[in-house]
Amino acid sequence: MKRLVYERPVIQRLNAGLMNKYGTKTEFVPFTHIDGNAVTDLISTYGSPLFVISEKKIRETYKDALRAFKTRYPKVQFAWSYKTNYNNAVCNVFHQEGSWAEVVSGFEYQKAIHNGVPGNKIIFNGPEKSDEDLKLAIHNGSLIHIDHLDELYMIKEIAEATKKRPKVAIRVNMDTGIYPMWDRFGFNYENGQAWDAINKIMLNDKMDLVGLHCHIGTFMLTPGAYGIAAAKLSELATSTMKKYKNKIEYIDLGGGFASRNTLKGSYLQGADASPSFNQYAEAITTAILNAGFTESELPLLILETGRALIDEAGYLLGTVISNKRLSDGRRATIMNFGVNILFTSFWYDHKISPAQHFGQYFEDTVLYGPLCMNIDVVRENISFPPLKKDDHVVVHTVGAYNMTQWMQFIAMRPAIVMIDTNNKPHLIRKKETINSIQDEEVMPSYLKSFKL
Amino acid sequence: MKIKKNIALNDSGFIFDPSTGDSFNTNPVGLEIVQMLKQGKSQKEIGAFFLKEYSVDEATFEKDFYDFVNMLSKLKLTERDENEKI
Repeated sequence: MKRLVYERPVIQRLNAGLMNKYGTKTEFVPFTHIDGNAVTDLISTYGSPLFVISEKKIRETYKDALRAFKTRYPKVQFAWSYKTNYNNAVCNVFHQEGSWAEVVSGFEYQKAIHNGVPGNKIIFNGPEKSDEDLKLAIHNGSLIHIDHLDELYMIKEIAEATKKRPKVAIRVNMDTGIYPMWDRFGFNYENGQAWDAINKIMLNDKMDLVGLHCHIGTFMLTPGAYGIAAAKLSELATSTMKKYKNKIEYIDLGGGFASRNTLKGSYLQGADASPSFNQYAEAITTAILNAGFTESELPLLILETGRALIDEAGYLLGTVISNKRLSDGRRATIMNFGVNILFTSFWYDHKISPAQHFGQYFEDTVLYGPLCMNIDVVRENISFPPLKKDDHVVVHTVGAYNMTQWMQFIAMRPAIVMIDTNNKPHLIRKKETINSIQDEEVMPSYLKSFKL
Repeated sequence: MKIKKNIALNDSGFIFDPSTGDSFNTNPVGLEIVQMLKQGKSQKEIGAFFLKEYSVDEATFEKDFYDFVNMLSKLKLTERDENEKI
């Protein structure tokens, strides 16, 4: 005799007419496949938890973004933001699409070189660039974005010693109406620091000022702020051309476009709150086109978009470890992934879908990670069907920052799989083992033995 | 542990407690348990029924049953059994 399908018993008080902090249910169908691959098959082959990246989605999103800018402005160049996801396979998908590399450390610079990016297509940002980093970048003809005066003097000394002319830009911070203002990076526009840096570079005549750069913030929900930034950088560019007869070859608006994730505390879902590429493109290109450049003077527009290009292509597959009841009656479900590998759950309410069929009954649930730490909360409140031990879930929109900011803390980091455009999965990062950690440690001989 | 005698149930899992005015909904497995408790069935009888009729193992059902009964108690849908030891 065939037995009936069992679903854990649930009961909920009905509160008609009251606000529910858990929101309404968002999942109506299970998310069982990613680009034609069954979640259960991926987990049985590569383990759980598992990051999965859709190459198809990366390429589609990149093309959307490029189209939004190229239909509005003649010279556009994207530079892949390594810090957002510097897995080599991911980087190379962007490089195949035509992206340059944008790096913020010597380590990331080495990765870009290793991936085969020509030195003159690497943008070197960030506050920390060592003497060796700068020498290598100058030797390779990379575009060095100067963050502070000490760096400017370092570059000047290297230029004098090597008789090479570095290609540089300055990073400019400015008031675009966004709080907080990221004035810890670069030179301020309003108080004249940016002009001071430009004057120092031009009057010293040891390097070529080829660009101007800004990065006004992160997860920017207001396209108009980019319009203000583009207008201010354009003003600096036209003034530099007028004063020094030096053509600014490019304006780099940095990154910060929002993805479709939902910020904690946001009233609207990310998909509704986040501007489209078209809205960002309209604000930026309109400001540059109206800034007074002649057609031949129009600078190349560089964008270092990271999050908005990769977030939606990433999924995290996980498994239920256990269900519990908290003292106040709330359901708690413990997953086998936590803030150690899903760092972004500190600021997003990630969309999470069950990966198998479920009934119509939902419970208010807290989703915890596996760490023996109280902070390990993946979702403080989610309306979720009653999952049981060993059921699978899919966390959506995790492609940005999680695979770079993840921690080897308490548990090892999982594998990453990329599904190619023909729906074939490829392992692009192996699951860590105990050796991944132990191999780097050194035991002093006097501590090698003990008696208990 | 006994379920309150005066609570009203319907087949779709809607539960009404006339003594408090509260209403609840439960899924089919929860409804079946509430109905059996209302009929005065013991935990043993309920467990045997579920192991026979549903695709569930003993450990899982026992865990879920205790959790569910605790929720019924928390939601004040139960009353103390006269024979129950304090």
